[in-house]
Amino acid sequence: MTHATHTADLMRPPFPAEPGAGVYSNKLGMWVFLASDVMFFTALIGSYIILRFGMTEPWSAPGAVLNVPLTAFNTFLLICSSVSMVKAYAAIADGKKYFLRPVPGKILRDGGLKFWLLVTIICGAMFVGVQVFEYIKLFGHGFTPAGYREGSTLAEHALADPVKYGAATGAMYGSTFFTMTGFHGFHVTCGVISMLYLYFTKVLPEKYSAQDYRGIEVIGLYWHFVDLVWIILFTIVYLI
Amino acid sequence: MSWWLPPAASTFAGPIDGLFLAILIITGIALVIVEVGLVTFVVRYRARPGRKAFYTHGSTRAEVIWTAIPAVTMVALGLVSNHYWVIMKGKNSVPANAYHVGVHAKQFEWRVTYGGPDGKLRTDDDFTVRNQLHIPVGQPVAVELTSEDVIHSFFVPEFRVKQDVVPGMHITAWFQATKTGEYEIGCAELCGMGHYKMRARVFVHTPEDFNAWMAQQAAGGTE
Amino acid sequence: MTSVAHATPGAHGGSGGAQHAPMGFWQKYIFSTDHKIIGIQFLFVSLFFLLVGGLLAMQIRWQVGFPGKPMPGGGILPESMIVNGVILPEYYIQLVTMHGTFMVFFAIMPLLVGVYANFLIPLKIGTHDMAFPRINMASFWLALLAGLIMTAGFFVPEGTSRAGWTMYAPLSARPDLSGATVGQMLWCVSIVVLGLSSVMGSVNYITTIINHRAPGMTWFRMPLSVWALFITAILAVLALPVLQGAAIMLLFDQTLGTHFFDPVAGGQALLWQHLFWFFGHPEVYILILPAMGMVSDIIANGSRKPIFGYHSMVFAIVGIAFLGWLVWGHHMFMSGMNPTLGSTFMVSTLLIAVPSAIKVFNWLGTMWRGNLRFHVPMLNAIAFVSMFTIGGLSGIFMAATPVDIPIHDTYFIVAHLHYVLFGGSLFALFAAIPFWYPKMFGRMMDERLGKIHFWLTFVTYNLVFFPMHNIGMGGQMRRLYDPTIYDFLKPQQPLNEFISIAAFALFAVQFIFAFNFVWSLKKGRKAPQNPWEDNGLEWSLPNPAPHGNWERVPNVYRGPYEFSAPEAGSADFLPQHVKLPTDRDPVPAVAPGTGH
Repeated sequence: MTHATHTADLMRPPFPAEPGAGVYSNKLGMWVFLASDVMFFTALIGSYIILRFGMTEPWSAPGAVLNVPLTAFNTFLLICSSVSMVKAYAAIADGKKYFLRPVPGKILRDGGLKFWLLVTIICGAMFVGVQVFEYIKLFGHGFTPAGYREGSTLAEHALADPVKYGAATGAMYGSTFFTMTGFHGFHVTCGVISMLYLYFTKVLPEKYSAQDYRGIEVIGLYWHFVDLVWIILFTIVYLI
Repeated sequence: MSWWLPPAASTFAGPIDGLFLAILIITGIALVIVEVGLVTFVVRYRARPGRKAFYTHGSTRAEVIWTAIPAVTMVALGLVSNHYWVIMKGKNSVPANAYHVGVHAKQFEWRVTYGGPDGKLRTDDDFTVRNQLHIPVGQPVAVELTSEDVIHSFFVPEFRVKQDVVPGMHITAWFQATKTGEYEIGCAELCGMGHYKMRARVFVHTPEDFNAWMAQQAAGGTE
Repeated sequence: MTSVAHATPGAHGGSGGAQHAPMGFWQKYIFSTDHKIIGIQFLFVSLFFLLVGGLLAMQIRWQVGFPGKPMPGGGILPESMIVNGVILPEYYIQLVTMHGTFMVFFAIMPLLVGVYANFLIPLKIGTHDMAFPRINMASFWLALLAGLIMTAGFFVPEGTSRAGWTMYAPLSARPDLSGATVGQMLWCVSIVVLGLSSVMGSVNYITTIINHRAPGMTWFRMPLSVWALFITAILAVLALPVLQGAAIMLLFDQTLGTHFFDPVAGGQALLWQHLFWFFGHPEVYILILPAMGMVSDIIANGSRKPIFGYHSMVFAIVGIAFLGWLVWGHHMFMSGMNPTLGSTFMVSTLLIAVPSAIKVFNWLGTMWRGNLRFHVPMLNAIAFVSMFTIGGLSGIFMAATPVDIPIHDTYFIVAHLHYVLFGGSLFALFAAIPFWYPKMFGRMMDERLGKIHFWLTFVTYNLVFFPMHNIGMGGQMRRLYDPTIYDFLKPQQPLNEFISIAAFALFAVQFIFAFNFVWSLKKGRKAPQNPWEDNGLEWSLPNPAPHGNWERVPNVYRGPYEFSAPEAGSADFLPQHVKLPTDRDPVPAVAPGTGH
């Protein structure tokens, strides 16, 4: 059995075997894992919906406590990172293991896997950084998982305008906000760490090729999932 | 000791005990079929020299029969059960003429608030008693259940009444006692270290005795 | 020391088989990625936690049967738990909580899934190992870590969590109301870690079964044990994360000051119950389906007949699993939730009785006109059918909502759950362990000791748990430290004493099993290759099975239960991998460009 056919087999279903999912096992495994992660976020988001809409008192108005413009930018960053992830996948599918390569007649150079994956990692890391910054600012203003901290700026605002700031529901707002976004941020962090690991152990040494880029496809699936969860969270936590 | 349910002392006991017996008969028949079947097969089809098993993969007709019969039975059981469930626990099940008592559960006792001589809760003549529920016989009683701290559960076996008491919720459960006498409330949801001793007494009085007790309490009588 | 033999010299790996340099002790037996070793590791650890759960039960039964009396051996426990030999109430509620927690999460679930999903799946579908061997290894070590974290609760200040294994909030969220501090946090952390272990295992089981079946092993030629483990893995992968979410919210309520379950600040006590039981009901099907699957394999083997209604059995497994997502509210009929929900959950719950009934009748149908061999696995499998029927039927009482009113949260429920979990799952394990023991260790467990253990267990077990139905009907509530406080319970106390004594006997009898298990590791009769004359692919391998299983995956020519088939000739079994002159080779999916 030649080496070429051996690696060609790796991105196809296992062989010899009965027909199964029609995809190689790493990809199937990631889909299954993502199903479990959907259930995890369903528990958190479902609880948020039940708690928020189970309250008779008003919830804080969008943008009163949270910095929507900053988070909108962060959302844009994460979406960009999904785009760069797709570019990374397309690049290695074409065998482009390099960083950048000039294209005759074009100003912009052509990005390979090393370039696009790095862009993804940087955008992902920036997302986490912005979120950490956001958390620090929120804590400073008095927004905590336990609610509006007594004596803080936010607590004063809430006293002055209890409807806009959802004074009566602040405890639940804090509980649900930090838990949902915190675990999402944890998932992004895990993704960034995984990509860094792959970057140094497989991408830089050019171990991926057009015949075998399973790791890129699999981490890509995970990354798109994390992005999708964020779009849902951003909508129902920040915008509504 | 009794091997059966406790002696009945409420109007719910008739339907509940009847339903229990019906289920016992149905499940008993199923149990006998299965267990007798097992024992018969174990004896009759044990391996002996020269025997061979009967090679078959099954019977669609058998599958249909033993799917349909349990399914129909379960549907019938559900319909009958739901009829009584709505009466006992339904949203509008508390009778309009029920006598309302406030029962506030806390670790580890039952605080019972009575409406006083005017019979209405949340008026000035209300009074509270620890661990004693006094009610009249032959009249619907509605207990308005609240909790101070954790989840408890209001349970009087002879009345066949049970309702979890949940902090943050105001839940009304109703029943009608049919026999005078003294009974016990047990807490039926683990509520902490003292769960086992969260016991209270229920006194079912004749209407005359109940009014007498109420008058005595209102006049500042002892517990 | 058990040994897993390597393939014969010169026969390493092969196309797709694992090729290893010779492995040292640590890599071969401790940090092994071999699914069989991982299964055996789960077996040893879970049997240990089963013992722990049993010891906790013995203390519970001492207190319930003989409240206020000093417990023999109680002196070794600290004053925070026992004073003058008498169990304290605060220790008692830790006992009931930890008994349930250890038995469900660290004994039965890992014994059925961690052991048998890992051990059997690759062997029974015809592949070399799981799809992700290193993730599989991580799954074991995470489960062990979770177990150690849970056990640590006994050794921290204030002891373990104590709100029942169901951990209802707000009691569980408030250290000031429960008395549990660090121990409660440890419960939450342990559950999150265990959930991770479960998900990792399930990803392996699902992927392996979908993608790595040997040529000819079509879906409807898979043994029911594999079907059951497959469906169980799907349940686990979707249900455990919900429990993890709930446990995290509970942990945050306790440590970060969140208010998910705190009504004062707008949280909802019932939210915990919905989340817990949305996980919890699929969980109980996780605890029974693999048992049913393995029992099917063993009853077909013991009856020397195909499983009656194989397709119905598959659909019943799928039906139970699907309906299992729709019944969680039946644990909450008395909770104060909307009564209309009580009606809808009653309907779904009564319906789920139907596929379970189908299975029981099909097991009977399998035995009907069979040629029954009563080896120890078969005895225990028959007892499973008998006991599970009782447990399932008792469930119908509580499914009927008006009847649930008097019996909810009483010993009637305790009787029901022990009939399905012990009478069901544990008897299935008493069948499965000796059945696949030769495949694991190359030796047979002693048949005579097995029979003695079976009969004594069967008798004492029923003496313990059947009367609990009556105790519950009499009104005895669950988790009650001292029933004699109540006048209405005093008359039943002699029966409580009887149950406790029977329970001590039941526990003592298990040492026969434990001795048999340990003694046979070294002294058991050496196993022939196919000691049960079974049809499964696993019996085409030597005992114990070698690393990598087969050099080249086998071809599969027929279904799993072709006992007494005419083609079998004079033998009364016909393994799946045996090629008859009339059989054609299966055509595996061809990888393009490979020329295979």
